[in-house]
Amino acid sequence: MYPQQFEYVRPSSVDEAIGILASNPDAKVLAGGHSLIPAMKLRLAAPGTVVDIGKIDGLAGIDSRGGAKIGAMTTYAAIVDSDKLGDFPMLTEATKQVGDPSVRNRGTIGGSMAHNDPAADLTAVMLALNASVTAKGKGGEREVAVDDLFVGLLTTSLAEDEIITSVNIPNDFANAKQAYVKHAHPASGYAVVGVAVAVTEKDGKVESARIGVTGAPEHAKRATSAEAALTGKTLDAETIAAAAALAADDLGELNGDVYASPEYRAHLVRVLTKRALTQAAGL
Amino acid sequence: MVLSSYVGASVKRKEDPRLITGSSTYVDDIKLSGTVHVAFVRSTYAHAKIKGIDAAAALAVPGVIDVFDGKALKAILKDFYAVEPAGETGHETYDESGVGVDSNIIPNVHPLAIDKVRYIGDPIVAVVAETVQIAQDAAELVEVDYEELPAVIDPYEAIKDGAPQLYARVKNNISVREASVHGDVETAMANAAIKVKTKIREPRCHGVPMETRAVLAAPDPITRGITFWSSTQAPHWNRNSIADALGLSQNQVRCIAPEVGGGFGVKIGAYPEDYIISALAFKHHRPVKWIETRSESFLATNHGRNQWAEFEIGADEKGKIVALKARVLLDSGAFPKALDLAWCTWVMSTGPYKIENVDYEVVGVYTNTMANGAYRGAGRPEATFYLERLLDMVADEGGLDPTEVRKVNFIPPDEFPFITLTGESYDSGEHQKALDKAKELIGYDELRAEQARLRKEGRYLGIGVASYVEICGFGPFESSTVRVEKGGQVTIYTGISPHGQGQETTFAQLAAEYLGADFDTVEVFHGDTANTPQGNGTMGSRGLATGGAALMMSIDKLRIKACQIAAHILEASAEDIELKDGTYQVKGVPDRSVTLAEIADKAYSDDLPEGIEPGLDTTDFFKVPEETFPFGSHIAVVEVFPETGEIKLTRYVSVDDCGNIISPNLVTGQVHGGLAQGIGQVLWEELHYDSNGELLTGTLNDYALPKAQFFPEFETHHTTTPTYINPLGAKGIGEAATIGSTPATANAVIDALEPFGITHIDTPFPPEKIWRAVRDATATASAAD
Repeated sequence: MYPQQFEYVRPSSVDEAIGILASNPDAKVLAGGHSLIPAMKLRLAAPGTVVDIGKIDGLAGIDSRGGAKIGAMTTYAAIVDSDKLGDFPMLTEATKQVGDPSVRNRGTIGGSMAHNDPAADLTAVMLALNASVTAKGKGGEREVAVDDLFVGLLTTSLAEDEIITSVNIPNDFANAKQAYVKHAHPASGYAVVGVAVAVTEKDGKVESARIGVTGAPEHAKRATSAEAALTGKTLDAETIAAAAALAADDLGELNGDVYASPEYRAHLVRVLTKRALTQAAGL
Repeated sequence: MVLSSYVGASVKRKEDPRLITGSSTYVDDIKLSGTVHVAFVRSTYAHAKIKGIDAAAALAVPGVIDVFDGKALKAILKDFYAVEPAGETGHETYDESGVGVDSNIIPNVHPLAIDKVRYIGDPIVAVVAETVQIAQDAAELVEVDYEELPAVIDPYEAIKDGAPQLYARVKNNISVREASVHGDVETAMANAAIKVKTKIREPRCHGVPMETRAVLAAPDPITRGITFWSSTQAPHWNRNSIADALGLSQNQVRCIAPEVGGGFGVKIGAYPEDYIISALAFKHHRPVKWIETRSESFLATNHGRNQWAEFEIGADEKGKIVALKARVLLDSGAFPKALDLAWCTWVMSTGPYKIENVDYEVVGVYTNTMANGAYRGAGRPEATFYLERLLDMVADEGGLDPTEVRKVNFIPPDEFPFITLTGESYDSGEHQKALDKAKELIGYDELRAEQARLRKEGRYLGIGVASYVEICGFGPFESSTVRVEKGGQVTIYTGISPHGQGQETTFAQLAAEYLGADFDTVEVFHGDTANTPQGNGTMGSRGLATGGAALMMSIDKLRIKACQIAAHILEASAEDIELKDGTYQVKGVPDRSVTLAEIADKAYSDDLPEGIEPGLDTTDFFKVPEETFPFGSHIAVVEVFPETGEIKLTRYVSVDDCGNIISPNLVTGQVHGGLAQGIGQVLWEELHYDSNGELLTGTLNDYALPKAQFFPEFETHHTTTPTYINPLGAKGIGEAATIGSTPATANAVIDALEPFGITHIDTPFPPEKIWRAVRDATATASAAD
């Protein structure tokens, strides 16, 4: 189908875009367009105005000084190809699993965070890496931890006039043990379940562990009980099994469809958490 | 290109350069000035009365030309929706507005619903506008007032007394019935050493051609009729249907199937939209275009398979089948699209096996879902799937090897031609040979040893075997016109309508081999009813077996005439002329030769001997004497991971026998595509309706088509058992691999799960289903401990 008729604007600065968003309540930001355009073509979304931020200078690019600061308009392909993300191999591996080459060439990391698709890959990865986003709106610029960004189905804590300008990964888990493991839907390639884990150790014990789960819950969430079960323990098979068993406990009501029921998704969360931790631990 | 022999050579496809470079022309590429566009308002209810339609808001949109409903359409159409009668049901058709209840009838269905809708997606209104965008926006403004009726989605419910009736006069919603009883099933069953009773589902699938359906119709001022372009597999059938519907003669209506982006059976026969778009062009005297969206395609292009079957099978201690009883229920969906599917399953009920006591019934039932129609194999894959699953269950029950069970049941080679219980004559078959070859290629015995070893490590390898025979090359006839142009180039017009099968290549090979044509300058035209002889299109693996046979009639005639003209030029006797190495030569004197170009030059000159008419062309019709029966054996190897239920297909060997092979490249391509669709059906593909008749898998985000990386490299092989049915000795290969691969893959997965005591799981096999089956089986086993 064709989308319903809409106005199209292409601002040349973030401030101009914010102004347009503030004065058009039914406006939507177009980044890479690989979530918004399909939704519009299926007429599931019908924004009155589409604000294309693709021509705003300075929104793309990766700065790896002190963690990584990734411009919102950086494409998945640019992340995969970047030589600046060596401290976060999980991010590169997960990004390779996003969509297909055409999606990766157009889709952006900022778009992924703002859209907050329940089956996106990088939402889980960013939770595990304790990332934040920089958002700019009428009220100025602020930093929002992804822990606080994802609040509901396709819903974020951003205000209507706020645009994500960058995704920021702190140094916390640079070169930490990390892995992203995914069960991809055979049709869409989206995560039926995806689990991202990042673990730091001190004196042979887990110092800090974060586990991001996507696909199963309403939006990407952390498996906090499993994280707690790792902390202070030796990252061995026994610890991993015990933690993985708790991985589906903190996710709320789980998604279900004809491909995978909530019960099966919970099972996959536990199995994939075990696999991700095992892979991260190099066992 | 010059080859010593074209037939059997792996030539490159003549079609590919234009397809690869995207320079070909599909319906949507055809732009006629003044074209208007259509968007459909489709039912959002599975079953409802239409109380009223409010078009005012849509008509008020600038650019909207017409909001066209079923009553307006009925005023234009003289006749509509002809469905071939099939089976015991359906010898009389009736207008759906008729009253009273009869048996043995097929309802005529309005292309645009008038009084009621019968499935979600049923077209109600066509909005005609200057652009497709305006049409789609305006369609959302049409208000349909519905009175919801109880819907019936499950065919087992639909057939019950008191179930919601889709058609007033179709009792118990029964669309079609095919049944026969042979021998004494009850006694044989009672005395059988091995007995199996089971119920098997064949899932509802979609053909998903890369190009969706598309129709462009334009008034033709010369014939006062219409020309329409349709993405179809059978342009002559569509032309004939539309001519009848509009009350025009066949030479006033021209149907063109330009480049068609795949069909797989779902583009056979005129759809409601073909009638509607044609009628609109007739009404508005403007070109009218409709391109189906992918969402519409899932809702309103025919679905396939979609059967359930209850079986009882009895065998002796060696696994020889002594009795087969089947009650097959075919979900026909909401309207008659291809009722002969019931026949297709019934006719192949005993497969490649000699079974004497058979009680087999197929009943079709209308439900409030999209109509079921042909999909690659069309009824035959279902029959094969059942039988091959049953043979594995017999093997399980009797502790026998599945290949041994097949061996004791095969029809022996010396019994061909073999008349089946259903009255078909199997032309030729070497079933054990094909199975032996497949076993050898895959290393069957070693694999079984490997499987036993891995099981001890807690790994679950599965080996699935399937043998099949299928019926193809359907009639009633096929046609060919061949013209040798002045200059020697050969032009072929065929009544088949290839859309990916590659007959432009195969037919050029035949013309090169048997007429001395230059392969590169042969042009094959198809799909245009104005320049091709009356034909029946491409479906049922008939392109080469029937279209090629017709072509050979033309080629043989022209070669005889070419020899006569060559004799005249070379001053020899026609009997002494032979076509050899691409030239017409005096036998034994190769330097006394002429080319086809020289012969054609002469054919159009005034220098021809007495008794030879000018020109070098002919039109011929091949009457199909009977069908032909390709066969083969496939073996699949999978590993199943019980922890998650995931399945990995690790090897696949196919041995297909399609008789003589003209184009090995094309045969390999057909086998690859067939395997992908057959395996796809087992591992991933299924359309789901909920109990309200809502399609839950209506996008390519939900309906899982296989991707290239899901497969190992296919190991495709052949045996060659020619047929006597046509002069080429060739059988069809378009559907064979689909038919063989579904049971082989399913059998492999079930075989992997044998240690858990699992003997059957309905396909497809999404991981959750496997995980649950293993979990339940494990729970049952521990409960038994």
